[in-house]
Amino acid sequence: MMAIVLAMAAATQLTRFLPFWLPSRWLDYPLVRTLKAGLPAAILLLLVVYSLKGTSLDQPPWGLPEALSLGLVIGLHLWRRNALLSIAGGTALYMAMVQTNLLNQLLGG
Amino acid sequence: MHPSVFQTSLPVAFGYVPLGMAFGVLLVGLGYDWWWAPVMGLVIYAGSAQFLAVSLLAAGAGVVDAFVATLLLNLRHVFYGLTVLDRYRALGWGQGYAVFGLTDETFSLLAGEPARERDRRFVLGVTGLNQGWWVAGCAVGALAGGSLPFHTQGLAFSLTALFAVLLVEQWKKQFQPIPAAGALAAAALCWFFLPGKYFLIASICLSSALLVAVPARGGRS
Repeated sequence: MMAIVLAMAAATQLTRFLPFWLPSRWLDYPLVRTLKAGLPAAILLLLVVYSLKGTSLDQPPWGLPEALSLGLVIGLHLWRRNALLSIAGGTALYMAMVQTNLLNQLLGG
Repeated sequence: MHPSVFQTSLPVAFGYVPLGMAFGVLLVGLGYDWWWAPVMGLVIYAGSAQFLAVSLLAAGAGVVDAFVATLLLNLRHVFYGLTVLDRYRALGWGQGYAVFGLTDETFSLLAGEPARERDRRFVLGVTGLNQGWWVAGCAVGALAGGSLPFHTQGLAFSLTALFAVLLVEQWKKQFQPIPAAGALAAAALCWFFLPGKYFLIASICLSSALLVAVPARGGRS
């Protein structure tokens, strides 16, 4: 058990420290600069999708709780621009929908 | 005014505490002592890798298997380090811990914004507090075992919401339609053709290739 924990810790830290060991002149290549400029937004979008990966779209409620809650988060944030409010609002809606199974009942599923 | 360390880290708590608890419950379910859960949270500190560990341990996997599987799963961190490199290099002595604690969530909180005044205090504070939520969740879940009333179902959606809020903030600063469309296309492709554990690394590589291949148009800061 200890050996496995240490192996997984080593592998994780290898991936986290690797870029910091690269020769610093590599970091001035235009290719790397393009990546550094564009990656944050791209990765955030991919993290949003990834965190919803467990959703099944082909059976009721067809990912609707996720879509509606995500819509509320974005809408609230565009409106009030208060991160905690947007996150709390969207999460509360999501929890209410999955815990009461509301959409399934409405959709007759 | 900038939000404080606590305000910045709070949304992560809503995701890390229930997820850490779920991990703790699963781990003691395999018959391990409760303290393994917080120890893994301290030493490995990677949510998805720790859930992977549960299935590896359940399957009786070996050390080499665990190392390779974790490496593949966490390869995405290379891109995170690359993006925050300049900011982290400027931290000085706290750099090591900041890199150690560079999870998806800590990265997403820190990637989109420029360094602050007294940045070391801020970055180390957010990194440490985030890990604190996670380790606490692991410990509570493992101690409570299966006896938890799970009315927290759906609470981890707060991490999705956090990523979405930070994405909106990024887009408000600067929206580049072509990289955004590229990332969306990569996400869609990987959603349908790849299992969950390779989704992130594959879609990040694909998006990076698109970023490099298609020159960005419009606002460059």
